[in-house]
Amino acid sequence: MPGRGHAVCVGADIDTDQIIAGRYLRTKDHAVWVEHAFEDLDPSLARRMSGAVIIAGKNFGCGSSREQAAIAIRESGVVAIAAPSFARIFFRNAINVGLPLIECDLSCTEGDMVKFDLAEGWVETQGKKHPVKPLSPRMQEILASGGLVNYMRARR
Amino acid sequence: MGTLSERILGGTAGEYVDCHVDRAYVHDGTGVLTLEAWKNMGGKGIQDAAHLYVLFDHIVPANNSTTAALQHELREFACGSFLQFSDIGGGICHQVMGEGVVLPGEVVVGADSHTCTLGAFGAFATGVGATDMAAIWMTGETWFRVPESIGIHLSGTLSGAAEAKDLALTYVGRLGMDGATYQALEFIGEGAAALPMDDRLTLCNLAVETGAKAGMFYADDITVQYLAAAGHEARQQEPESCRYQQELDFDLTDVVPVIAVPPRVDTIRPVSDLAGVPLDQVFVGTCTNGRYSDLARFARIVKGRKVAVRTIVVPASRAVLEEAIRTGVLADIVESGCSIGTPGCGPCLGAHMGVIGEGEVCLSTANRNFKNRMGTGGEIYLSSVATAAFSALEGEITPPEEVS
Ligand code: SF4
Repeated sequence: MPGRGHAVCVGADIDTDQIIAGRYLRTKDHAVWVEHAFEDLDPSLARRMSGAVIIAGKNFGCGSSREQAAIAIRESGVVAIAAPSFARIFFRNAINVGLPLIECDLSCTEGDMVKFDLAEGWVETQGKKHPVKPLSPRMQEILASGGLVNYMRARR
Repeated sequence: MGTLSERILGGTAGEYVDCHVDRAYVHDGTGVLTLEAWKNMGGKGIQDAAHLYVLFDHIVPANNSTTAALQHELREFACGSFLQFSDIGGGICHQVMGEGVVLPGEVVVGADSHTCTLGAFGAFATGVGATDMAAIWMTGETWFRVPESIGIHLSGTLSGAAEAKDLALTYVGRLGMDGATYQALEFIGEGAAALPMDDRLTLCNLAVETGAKAGMFYADDITVQYLAAAGHEARQQEPESCRYQQELDFDLTDVVPVIAVPPRVDTIRPVSDLAGVPLDQVFVGTCTNGRYSDLARFARIVKGRKVAVRTIVVPASRAVLEEAIRTGVLADIVESGCSIGTPGCGPCLGAHMGVIGEGEVCLSTANRNFKNRMGTGGEIYLSSVATAAFSALEGEITPPEEVS
Protein backbone atom coordinates (compact mmCIF):
# COMPACT_ATOMS: atom_id res chain seq x y z
CA MET A 1 0.00 0.00 0.00
CA PRO A 2 1.92 3.06 -1.22
CA GLY A 3 1.25 6.61 -0.10
CA ARG A 4 2.78 10.04 0.38
CA GLY A 5 2.19 13.21 2.35
CA HIS A 6 3.82 16.19 4.01
CA ALA A 7 5.35 15.68 7.43
CA VAL A 8 3.66 17.12 10.52
CA CYS A 9 5.82 16.69 13.62
CA VAL A 10 4.43 15.91 17.08
CA GLY A 11 6.09 14.69 20.28
CA ALA A 12 6.11 11.47 22.30
CA ASP A 13 3.34 9.98 24.47
CA ILE A 14 0.53 11.83 22.69
CA ASP A 15 -2.53 10.52 24.54
CA THR A 16 -6.00 10.16 23.10
CA ASP A 17 -7.32 12.94 25.37
CA GLN A 18 -5.02 15.29 23.44
CA ILE A 19 -6.14 13.89 20.10
CA ILE A 20 -9.81 14.40 20.90
CA ALA A 21 -10.89 15.65 24.33
CA GLY A 22 -13.53 13.85 26.40
CA ARG A 23 -15.84 16.87 26.14
CA TYR A 24 -16.36 16.24 22.41
CA LEU A 25 -17.16 12.53 22.56
CA ARG A 26 -20.91 12.58 23.06
CA THR A 27 -21.98 12.72 19.45
CA LYS A 28 -21.88 10.52 16.38
CA ASP A 29 -21.06 13.54 14.21
CA HIS A 30 -17.55 12.91 12.87
CA ALA A 31 -17.23 16.56 11.80
CA VAL A 32 -17.08 17.58 15.48
CA TRP A 33 -14.07 15.33 16.06
CA VAL A 34 -12.31 16.65 12.95
CA GLU A 35 -12.92 20.24 14.02
CA HIS A 36 -11.50 19.72 17.51
CA ALA A 37 -8.71 17.24 16.71
CA PHE A 38 -5.50 17.99 18.63
CA GLU A 39 -7.10 21.11 20.10
CA ASP A 40 -5.51 20.68 23.54
CA LEU A 41 -2.10 19.88 22.08
CA ASP A 42 -1.86 22.64 19.50
CA PRO A 43 -4.98 24.28 18.04
CA SER A 44 -3.10 25.14 14.82
CA LEU A 45 -2.47 21.45 14.04
CA ALA A 46 -5.94 20.70 12.68
CA ARG A 47 -5.34 23.04 9.71
CA ARG A 48 -2.19 21.16 8.68
CA MET A 49 -3.69 17.67 8.78
CA SER A 50 -5.07 17.30 5.29
CA GLY A 51 -2.65 15.22 3.23
CA ALA A 52 -0.23 14.88 6.15
CA VAL A 53 1.93 12.05 7.40
CA ILE A 54 2.16 12.60 11.15
CA ILE A 55 5.62 11.80 12.47
CA ALA A 56 5.45 11.25 16.21
CA GLY A 57 7.60 10.13 19.11
CA LYS A 58 7.07 6.85 20.94
CA ASN A 59 3.79 5.58 22.41
CA PHE A 60 1.44 7.51 20.13
CA GLY A 61 -2.25 7.18 21.10
CA CYS A 62 -1.81 6.09 24.71
CA GLY A 63 -4.61 6.38 27.23
CA SER A 64 -8.30 5.92 26.62
CA SER A 65 -9.62 3.40 24.08
CA ARG A 66 -11.74 6.06 22.35
CA GLU A 67 -11.89 5.18 18.67
CA GLN A 68 -12.95 8.77 17.98
CA ALA A 69 -9.21 9.58 18.15
CA ALA A 70 -8.39 7.38 15.16
CA ILE A 71 -11.52 8.50 13.29
CA ALA A 72 -10.71 12.19 13.88
CA ILE A 73 -7.23 11.74 12.45
CA ARG A 74 -8.34 9.72 9.45
CA GLU A 75 -11.16 12.11 8.60
CA SER A 76 -8.87 15.11 8.95
CA GLY A 77 -7.23 13.76 5.81
CA VAL A 78 -4.12 12.30 7.43
CA VAL A 79 -2.50 9.76 5.10
CA ALA A 80 -0.56 7.78 7.72
CA ILE A 81 1.13 8.08 11.12
CA ALA A 82 4.74 7.12 11.73
CA ALA A 83 6.06 6.50 15.25
CA PRO A 84 8.60 4.19 16.91
CA SER A 85 5.72 2.63 18.88
CA PHE A 86 1.96 2.99 19.22
CA ALA A 87 -0.26 2.28 22.21
CA ARG A 88 -1.82 -1.05 21.36
CA ILE A 89 -5.52 -0.11 21.48
CA PHE A 90 -4.86 2.89 19.25
CA PHE A 91 -2.90 0.60 16.94
CA ARG A 92 -5.88 -1.70 16.46
CA ASN A 93 -8.32 1.21 16.19
CA ALA A 94 -6.28 2.94 13.49
CA ILE A 95 -6.05 -0.18 11.35
CA ASN A 96 -9.75 -0.86 11.97
CA VAL A 97 -10.75 2.55 10.63
CA GLY A 98 -8.37 2.20 7.67
CA LEU A 99 -5.61 4.54 8.83
CA PRO A 100 -2.12 3.18 7.95
CA LEU A 101 0.50 3.12 10.70
CA ILE A 102 4.24 3.09 10.09
CA GLU A 103 6.23 1.64 12.99
CA CYS A 104 9.56 3.38 12.56
CA ASP A 105 11.75 5.85 14.44
CA LEU A 106 12.17 8.86 12.13
CA SER A 107 13.57 12.31 12.62
CA CYS A 108 11.00 14.84 11.52
CA THR A 109 11.28 18.00 9.45
CA GLU A 110 8.01 19.89 9.21
CA GLY A 111 6.61 19.94 5.69
CA ASP A 112 9.11 17.42 4.30
CA MET A 113 7.67 15.00 1.68
CA VAL A 114 7.28 11.52 3.17
CA LYS A 115 6.70 8.47 0.95
CA PHE A 116 5.94 4.94 2.08
CA ASP A 117 4.91 1.52 0.90
CA LEU A 118 3.68 -0.71 3.68
CA ALA A 119 3.37 -3.86 1.56
CA GLU A 120 7.00 -3.43 0.53
CA GLY A 121 7.93 -2.33 4.05
CA TRP A 122 9.69 1.01 3.66
CA VAL A 123 9.29 4.70 4.39
CA GLU A 124 11.30 7.50 2.78
CA THR A 125 12.11 10.83 4.40
CA GLN A 126 14.56 13.41 3.08
CA GLY A 127 15.40 11.11 0.21
CA LYS A 128 16.42 8.28 2.52
CA LYS A 129 14.62 4.93 2.73
CA HIS A 130 14.08 3.26 6.11
CA PRO A 131 12.79 -0.29 6.63
CA VAL A 132 9.46 -0.58 8.45
CA LYS A 133 8.33 -3.36 10.76
CA PRO A 134 5.71 -5.21 8.68
CA LEU A 135 2.06 -5.34 9.73
CA SER A 136 0.57 -8.80 10.26
CA PRO A 137 -1.09 -10.27 7.13
CA ARG A 138 -4.52 -9.80 8.67
CA MET A 139 -3.88 -6.14 9.48
CA GLN A 140 -2.74 -5.61 5.89
CA GLU A 141 -5.95 -7.22 4.66
CA ILE A 142 -8.07 -5.04 6.95
CA LEU A 143 -6.25 -1.92 5.73
CA ALA A 144 -6.61 -2.99 2.11
CA SER A 145 -10.38 -3.38 2.66
CA GLY A 146 -10.52 0.18 3.98
CA GLY A 147 -11.10 -0.91 7.57
CA LEU A 148 -12.69 -3.62 9.69
CA VAL A 149 -16.29 -2.71 8.84
CA ASN A 150 -15.72 -3.38 5.13
CA TYR A 151 -13.58 -6.40 5.92
CA MET A 152 -16.39 -7.93 7.97
CA ARG A 153 -19.07 -7.06 5.40
CA ALA A 154 -17.09 -8.85 2.72
CA ARG A 155 -16.88 -11.94 4.91
CA ARG A 156 -20.55 -12.40 5.72
CA MET B 1 4.71 -24.34 30.56
CA GLY B 2 3.99 -20.74 29.88
CA THR B 3 2.97 -17.37 31.16
CA LEU B 4 -0.63 -16.90 32.24
CA SER B 5 -1.33 -15.06 28.96
CA GLU B 6 0.14 -17.91 26.92
CA ARG B 7 -1.88 -20.50 28.82
CA ILE B 8 -5.17 -18.63 28.50
CA LEU B 9 -4.76 -17.47 24.89
CA GLY B 10 -3.19 -20.76 23.78
CA GLY B 11 -0.03 -19.81 21.94
CA THR B 12 3.46 -18.58 22.57
CA ALA B 13 4.52 -14.97 22.90
CA GLY B 14 4.66 -13.23 19.53
CA GLU B 15 2.14 -15.55 17.84
CA TYR B 16 -1.17 -14.29 16.46
CA VAL B 17 -4.17 -16.29 17.67
CA ASP B 18 -7.92 -16.23 17.09
CA CYS B 19 -9.76 -16.48 20.38
CA HIS B 20 -13.26 -17.20 21.51
CA VAL B 21 -14.29 -14.30 23.78
CA ASP B 22 -15.93 -15.45 27.03
CA ARG B 23 -17.28 -12.03 28.02
CA ALA B 24 -17.41 -8.78 26.09
CA TYR B 25 -18.64 -5.45 27.37
CA VAL B 26 -19.16 -1.86 26.33
CA HIS B 27 -20.23 1.26 28.22
CA ASP B 28 -22.48 4.15 27.25
CA GLY B 29 -19.57 5.94 25.56
CA THR B 30 -18.06 3.17 23.44
CA GLY B 31 -21.33 1.29 23.06
CA VAL B 32 -22.80 3.98 20.82
CA LEU B 33 -19.96 3.62 18.30
CA THR B 34 -20.01 -0.17 18.62
CA LEU B 35 -23.67 -0.27 17.72
CA GLU B 36 -23.06 1.96 14.71
CA ALA B 37 -20.11 -0.15 13.50
CA TRP B 38 -22.10 -3.35 14.05
CA LYS B 39 -24.95 -2.03 11.93
CA ASN B 40 -22.50 -0.93 9.23
CA MET B 41 -21.01 -4.41 9.23
CA GLY B 42 -24.46 -5.70 8.35
CA GLY B 43 -25.29 -6.89 11.88
CA LYS B 44 -28.94 -7.97 12.14
CA GLY B 45 -29.87 -9.97 15.20
CA ILE B 46 -27.47 -10.85 18.01
CA GLN B 47 -27.20 -14.66 18.04
CA ASP B 48 -25.66 -15.27 21.43
CA ALA B 49 -26.28 -12.41 23.85
CA ALA B 50 -25.53 -14.25 27.09
CA HIS B 51 -21.89 -13.15 27.17
CA LEU B 52 -22.41 -9.58 25.87
CA TYR B 53 -22.77 -6.76 28.39
CA VAL B 54 -23.75 -3.11 28.15
CA LEU B 55 -23.10 -1.07 31.30
CA PHE B 56 -23.93 2.63 31.62
CA ASP B 57 -21.30 4.40 33.71
CA HIS B 58 -19.51 7.20 31.88
CA ILE B 59 -22.07 10.00 31.74
CA VAL B 60 -24.72 8.98 34.22
CA PRO B 61 -27.34 10.26 34.59
CA ALA B 62 -27.23 11.84 31.13
CA ASN B 63 -25.97 15.45 31.17
CA ASN B 64 -27.94 16.80 28.21
CA SER B 65 -30.44 15.75 25.60
CA THR B 66 -27.82 14.71 23.02
CA THR B 67 -26.29 12.25 25.47
CA ALA B 68 -29.73 11.15 26.60
CA ALA B 69 -30.79 10.38 23.03
CA LEU B 70 -27.63 8.35 22.37
CA GLN B 71 -28.14 6.45 25.61
CA HIS B 72 -31.79 5.87 24.79
CA GLU B 73 -30.92 4.27 21.45
CA LEU B 74 -28.30 1.99 23.02
CA ARG B 75 -30.56 1.06 25.95
CA GLU B 76 -33.41 0.11 23.60
CA PHE B 77 -31.06 -2.00 21.52
CA ALA B 78 -29.47 -3.72 24.53
CA CYS B 79 -32.80 -4.59 26.10
CA GLY B 80 -34.44 -5.53 22.80
CA SER B 81 -31.55 -7.84 21.86
CA PHE B 82 -31.35 -9.38 25.35
CA LEU B 83 -27.82 -8.19 26.04
CA GLN B 84 -26.88 -8.16 29.73
CA PHE B 85 -27.73 -4.59 30.66
CA SER B 86 -26.79 -2.45 33.65
CA ASP B 87 -28.45 0.96 33.63
CA ILE B 88 -27.32 4.23 35.25
CA GLY B 89 -26.38 3.87 38.89
CA GLY B 90 -25.35 0.22 38.51
CA GLY B 91 -21.72 1.23 38.53
CA ILE B 92 -18.47 1.36 36.57
CA CYS B 93 -18.27 -1.43 34.01
CA HIS B 94 -14.97 -2.85 35.32
CA GLN B 95 -16.24 -2.82 38.89
CA VAL B 96 -19.55 -4.50 38.09
CA MET B 97 -17.79 -7.15 35.97
CA GLY B 98 -15.52 -7.71 38.97
CA GLU B 99 -18.35 -8.30 41.43
CA GLY B 100 -18.62 -12.01 40.71
CA VAL B 101 -19.01 -12.02 36.92
CA VAL B 102 -15.51 -12.57 35.48
CA LEU B 103 -13.89 -15.92 36.36
CA PRO B 104 -10.29 -17.19 36.25
CA GLY B 105 -9.02 -18.37 32.88
CA GLU B 106 -11.58 -16.43 30.84
CA VAL B 107 -10.86 -14.22 27.83
CA VAL B 108 -12.54 -10.90 28.62
CA VAL B 109 -12.68 -7.99 26.19
CA GLY B 110 -14.04 -4.57 27.06
CA ALA B 111 -14.43 -1.50 24.90
CA ASP B 112 -12.51 0.53 27.47
CA SER B 113 -8.81 0.71 28.20
CA HIS B 114 -9.11 -0.17 31.89
CA THR B 115 -10.55 -3.60 31.13
CA CYS B 116 -7.12 -4.78 32.30
CA THR B 117 -8.50 -4.36 35.86
CA LEU B 118 -10.14 -7.78 35.58
CA GLY B 119 -6.82 -9.58 35.18
CA ALA B 120 -6.93 -9.53 38.98
CA PHE B 121 -9.05 -12.70 38.71
CA GLY B 122 -6.55 -14.61 36.59
CA ALA B 123 -8.50 -13.80 33.43
CA PHE B 124 -6.94 -12.42 30.26
CA ALA B 125 -8.75 -9.11 30.16
CA THR B 126 -7.94 -6.33 27.74
CA GLY B 127 -9.43 -3.27 26.10
CA VAL B 128 -10.29 -2.75 22.44
CA GLY B 129 -12.00 -0.03 20.43
CA ALA B 130 -15.58 0.06 19.26
CA THR B 131 -15.09 -1.47 15.80
CA ASP B 132 -13.18 -4.45 17.22
CA MET B 133 -16.05 -4.87 19.66
CA ALA B 134 -18.61 -4.76 16.84
CA ALA B 135 -16.76 -7.63 15.16
CA ILE B 136 -16.97 -9.57 18.44
CA TRP B 137 -20.74 -8.93 18.48
CA MET B 138 -20.79 -10.43 14.97
CA THR B 139 -18.60 -13.50 15.52
CA GLY B 140 -17.94 -14.03 19.23
CA GLU B 141 -14.23 -14.03 18.43
CA THR B 142 -11.28 -11.73 18.05
CA TRP B 143 -7.57 -11.93 17.28
CA PHE B 144 -4.65 -11.25 19.61
CA ARG B 145 -0.92 -11.18 19.40
CA VAL B 146 0.08 -13.28 22.42
CA PRO B 147 2.04 -10.81 24.55
CA GLU B 148 5.45 -11.19 26.07
CA SER B 149 5.19 -10.83 29.85
CA ILE B 150 6.96 -8.85 32.52
CA GLY B 151 7.16 -10.58 35.90
CA ILE B 152 6.58 -8.22 38.81
CA HIS B 153 7.80 -9.97 41.95
CA LEU B 154 6.24 -8.65 45.12
CA SER B 155 7.67 -9.39 48.55
CA GLY B 156 6.90 -8.10 52.03
CA THR B 157 3.73 -6.33 53.11
CA LEU B 158 2.50 -2.75 52.81
CA SER B 159 3.25 -0.74 55.91
CA GLY B 160 2.48 2.63 57.45
CA ALA B 161 0.09 4.76 55.41
CA ALA B 162 1.05 3.17 52.06
CA GLU B 163 -1.72 1.59 49.97
CA ALA B 164 -1.88 -0.62 46.91
CA LYS B 165 -2.43 2.60 44.95
CA ASP B 166 0.97 3.87 46.06
CA LEU B 167 2.53 0.64 44.83
CA ALA B 168 0.60 0.96 41.56
CA LEU B 169 1.85 4.50 40.97
CA THR B 170 5.35 3.40 41.99
CA TYR B 171 5.49 0.62 39.41
CA VAL B 172 4.06 2.91 36.71
CA GLY B 173 6.82 5.38 37.57
CA ARG B 174 9.45 2.67 37.31
CA LEU B 175 8.21 1.25 33.98
CA GLY B 176 7.17 4.56 32.43
CA MET B 177 4.15 5.29 30.26
CA ASP B 178 5.30 2.94 27.51
CA GLY B 179 7.49 0.55 29.50
CA ALA B 180 5.22 -2.40 28.85
CA THR B 181 3.72 -1.59 25.44
CA TYR B 182 2.34 -4.74 23.72
CA GLN B 183 3.26 -6.78 26.82
CA ALA B 184 1.44 -8.18 29.86
CA LEU B 185 2.30 -7.72 33.53
CA GLU B 186 2.18 -10.71 35.87
CA PHE B 187 2.16 -9.93 39.60
CA ILE B 188 3.81 -12.83 41.39
CA GLY B 189 5.55 -13.80 44.62
CA GLU B 190 4.44 -14.11 48.22
CA GLY B 191 3.77 -10.39 48.43
CA ALA B 192 1.23 -10.73 45.62
CA ALA B 193 -0.39 -13.81 47.15
CA ALA B 194 -1.06 -11.91 50.38
CA LEU B 195 -2.91 -9.00 48.74
CA PRO B 196 -6.72 -8.88 49.02
CA MET B 197 -8.80 -8.76 45.82
CA ASP B 198 -9.44 -5.01 46.06
CA ASP B 199 -5.70 -4.30 46.06
CA ARG B 200 -5.17 -6.65 43.12
CA LEU B 201 -7.87 -4.84 41.16
CA THR B 202 -6.16 -1.49 41.82
CA LEU B 203 -2.77 -2.86 40.72
CA CYS B 204 -4.15 -4.39 37.52
CA ASN B 205 -6.15 -1.23 36.82
CA LEU B 206 -3.02 0.84 36.26
CA ALA B 207 -1.34 -1.72 33.99
CA VAL B 208 -2.54 0.12 30.90
CA GLU B 209 -0.78 3.28 32.10
CA THR B 210 2.48 1.48 31.28
CA GLY B 211 1.09 0.56 27.86
CA ALA B 212 0.47 -3.03 28.97
CA LYS B 213 -2.17 -5.13 27.28
CA ALA B 214 -3.04 -6.88 30.54
CA GLY B 215 -2.14 -6.95 34.23
CA MET B 216 -2.67 -10.30 35.87
CA PHE B 217 -2.65 -12.20 39.14
CA TYR B 218 -2.84 -15.98 39.41
CA ALA B 219 -6.15 -17.12 40.86
CA ASP B 220 -5.43 -18.46 44.35
CA ASP B 221 -7.37 -19.17 47.54
CA ILE B 222 -8.15 -15.46 47.99
CA THR B 223 -9.66 -15.32 44.48
CA VAL B 224 -11.58 -18.53 45.04
CA GLN B 225 -13.02 -17.30 48.35
CA TYR B 226 -14.02 -13.95 46.85
CA LEU B 227 -15.82 -15.67 44.00
CA ALA B 228 -17.40 -18.24 46.34
CA ALA B 229 -19.03 -15.35 48.21
CA ALA B 230 -20.60 -14.41 44.86
CA GLY B 231 -21.80 -17.98 44.33
CA HIS B 232 -19.12 -19.25 41.94
CA GLU B 233 -16.97 -22.31 42.24
CA ALA B 234 -13.65 -21.23 40.75
CA ARG B 235 -10.39 -23.12 40.48
CA GLN B 236 -6.92 -21.90 41.43
CA GLN B 237 -4.18 -21.47 38.84
CA GLU B 238 -0.74 -22.84 39.66
CA PRO B 239 2.12 -20.68 38.38
CA GLU B 240 4.46 -22.61 36.09
CA SER B 241 8.06 -21.77 35.46
CA CYS B 242 8.03 -19.55 32.41
CA ARG B 243 10.08 -17.03 30.52
CA TYR B 244 9.60 -13.38 31.33
CA GLN B 245 10.84 -10.67 29.02
CA GLN B 246 11.91 -8.72 32.06
CA GLU B 247 11.58 -9.09 35.84
CA LEU B 248 11.11 -6.34 38.41
CA ASP B 249 11.23 -6.67 42.18
CA PHE B 250 9.26 -4.60 44.65
CA ASP B 251 9.47 -4.93 48.40
CA LEU B 252 6.08 -3.73 49.61
CA THR B 253 7.58 -2.74 52.93
CA ASP B 254 9.53 0.02 51.14
CA VAL B 255 6.53 1.54 49.37
CA VAL B 256 5.72 5.07 50.58
CA PRO B 257 2.73 7.32 49.83
CA VAL B 258 3.31 8.94 46.43
CA ILE B 259 1.65 11.28 43.97
CA ALA B 260 1.59 11.38 40.18
CA VAL B 261 2.33 14.97 39.15
CA PRO B 262 0.40 16.39 36.17
CA PRO B 263 0.35 15.85 33.27
CA ARG B 264 1.98 12.41 33.38
CA VAL B 265 1.04 9.28 35.27
CA ASP B 266 4.69 8.24 35.43
CA THR B 267 6.01 11.38 37.14
CA ILE B 268 6.00 10.03 40.68
CA ARG B 269 7.08 11.93 43.80
CA PRO B 270 6.70 11.20 47.53
CA VAL B 271 3.64 13.00 48.91
CA SER B 272 5.92 14.78 51.39
CA ASP B 273 7.66 16.59 48.49
CA LEU B 274 4.37 18.16 47.45
CA ALA B 275 2.97 18.95 50.89
CA GLY B 276 1.21 22.31 50.90
CA VAL B 277 0.08 22.43 47.25
CA PRO B 278 -3.33 24.17 47.52
CA LEU B 279 -6.35 22.25 46.21
CA ASP B 280 -9.67 23.34 44.73
CA GLN B 281 -11.24 19.89 44.62
CA VAL B 282 -10.70 16.38 45.92
CA PHE B 283 -12.25 13.43 44.07
CA VAL B 284 -12.47 9.95 45.55
CA GLY B 285 -13.80 7.16 43.36
CA THR B 286 -13.24 5.57 39.90
CA CYS B 287 -12.39 2.05 38.77
CA THR B 288 -9.05 2.50 40.56
CA ASN B 289 -10.21 3.47 44.05
CA GLY B 290 -14.00 3.60 44.35
CA ARG B 291 -14.53 0.27 46.07
CA TYR B 292 -16.09 -0.28 49.49
CA SER B 293 -12.71 -0.71 51.18
CA ASP B 294 -11.65 2.66 49.73
CA LEU B 295 -14.76 4.45 50.97
CA ALA B 296 -14.40 2.80 54.38
CA ARG B 297 -10.76 3.94 54.65
CA PHE B 298 -11.72 7.45 53.60
CA ALA B 299 -14.54 7.51 56.16
CA ARG B 300 -12.26 6.34 58.99
CA ILE B 301 -10.05 9.37 58.35
CA VAL B 302 -12.69 12.08 57.88
CA LYS B 303 -15.24 10.79 60.45
CA GLY B 304 -16.22 13.49 62.91
CA ARG B 305 -14.28 16.21 61.07
CA LYS B 306 -15.03 18.55 58.18
CA VAL B 307 -13.33 18.67 54.80
CA ALA B 308 -11.70 22.02 54.03
CA VAL B 309 -12.16 21.89 50.25
CA ARG B 310 -14.99 20.73 47.99
CA THR B 311 -14.82 16.96 47.93
CA ILE B 312 -16.71 14.59 45.67
CA VAL B 313 -17.04 10.93 46.55
CA VAL B 314 -18.47 8.56 43.95
CA PRO B 315 -18.97 4.88 44.82
CA ALA B 316 -17.78 2.58 42.03
CA SER B 317 -21.03 0.62 42.02
CA ARG B 318 -24.47 0.27 43.51
CA ALA B 319 -23.21 -2.67 45.60
CA VAL B 320 -20.49 -0.42 47.02
CA LEU B 321 -23.03 2.32 47.77
CA GLU B 322 -25.42 -0.13 49.43
CA GLU B 323 -22.70 -1.54 51.64
CA ALA B 324 -21.55 1.96 52.57
CA ILE B 325 -25.13 2.79 53.58
CA ARG B 326 -25.53 -0.42 55.59
CA THR B 327 -22.34 0.08 57.57
CA GLY B 328 -22.70 3.81 58.22
CA VAL B 329 -19.63 4.67 56.10
CA LEU B 330 -21.76 6.82 53.81
CA ALA B 331 -23.18 8.81 56.73
CA ASP B 332 -19.66 9.54 58.00
CA ILE B 333 -18.64 10.77 54.55
CA VAL B 334 -21.72 12.95 54.04
CA GLU B 335 -21.48 14.41 57.54
CA SER B 336 -17.88 15.43 56.90
CA GLY B 337 -19.16 17.73 54.15
CA CYS B 338 -18.51 15.65 50.99
CA SER B 339 -20.82 15.51 47.98
CA ILE B 340 -21.90 12.08 46.77
CA GLY B 341 -22.34 11.20 43.09
CA THR B 342 -24.26 8.50 41.27
CA PRO B 343 -22.25 5.26 41.13
CA GLY B 344 -20.19 5.45 37.94
CA CYS B 345 -17.14 7.25 36.58
CA GLY B 346 -18.15 10.64 37.96
CA PRO B 347 -15.82 13.51 36.99
CA CYS B 348 -12.93 11.17 36.01
CA LEU B 349 -13.26 11.78 32.27
CA GLY B 350 -14.17 15.45 32.49
CA ALA B 351 -17.48 15.15 30.72
CA HIS B 352 -19.86 16.31 33.46
CA MET B 353 -20.41 16.63 37.19
CA GLY B 354 -17.21 17.77 38.88
CA VAL B 355 -15.39 19.19 35.86
CA ILE B 356 -12.66 21.58 37.01
CA GLY B 357 -12.11 25.08 35.69
CA GLU B 358 -9.16 27.00 34.26
CA GLY B 359 -6.37 27.17 36.83
CA GLU B 360 -8.03 24.78 39.29
CA VAL B 361 -6.23 21.89 40.93
CA CYS B 362 -7.84 18.56 41.73
CA LEU B 363 -6.41 15.73 43.81
CA SER B 364 -7.97 12.53 42.51
CA THR B 365 -7.78 8.83 43.30
CA ALA B 366 -8.15 8.02 39.58
CA ASN B 367 -5.56 6.69 37.15
CA ARG B 368 -5.02 9.49 34.61
CA ASN B 369 -3.85 13.07 35.00
CA PHE B 370 -3.48 14.02 31.33
CA LYS B 371 -3.66 17.67 30.40
CA ASN B 372 -7.24 18.99 30.42
CA ARG B 373 -8.72 15.54 31.20
CA MET B 374 -11.04 16.80 33.94
CA GLY B 375 -11.59 20.21 32.38
CA THR B 376 -9.73 22.72 30.24
CA GLY B 377 -6.90 24.45 32.04
CA GLY B 378 -7.19 22.36 35.22
CA GLU B 379 -4.49 20.19 36.78
CA ILE B 380 -4.88 16.72 38.28
CA TYR B 381 -2.66 15.13 40.91
CA LEU B 382 -3.20 11.41 41.52
CA SER B 383 -2.94 9.79 44.93
CA SER B 384 -4.13 7.05 47.24
CA VAL B 385 -7.37 7.29 49.21
CA ALA B 386 -5.61 8.09 52.50
CA THR B 387 -3.64 10.92 50.89
CA ALA B 388 -6.90 12.23 49.40
CA ALA B 389 -8.63 12.07 52.79
CA PHE B 390 -5.90 13.87 54.75
CA SER B 391 -5.55 16.43 51.97
CA ALA B 392 -9.32 17.04 51.87
CA LEU B 393 -9.26 17.82 55.59
CA GLU B 394 -6.45 20.36 55.13
CA GLY B 395 -7.41 21.79 51.72
CA GLU B 396 -3.88 21.18 50.47
CA ILE B 397 -1.74 18.17 49.61
CA THR B 398 -0.95 16.50 52.93
CA PRO B 399 1.08 13.37 53.67
CA PRO B 400 -1.20 10.69 55.14
CA GLU B 401 -0.74 9.24 58.59
CA GLU B 402 -1.17 5.61 59.47
CA VAL B 403 -4.72 4.78 60.54
CA SER B 404 -5.63 1.58 62.34
S1 SF4 C 1 -13.63 5.56 36.25
FE1 SF4 C 1 -12.38 6.80 34.87
S2 SF4 C 1 -10.74 5.45 34.19
FE2 SF4 C 1 -12.34 4.16 35.10
S3 SF4 C 1 -13.62 3.50 33.38
FE3 SF4 C 1 -14.53 5.37 34.22
S4 SF4 C 1 -13.65 7.07 33.03
FE4 SF4 C 1 -12.37 5.26 32.68
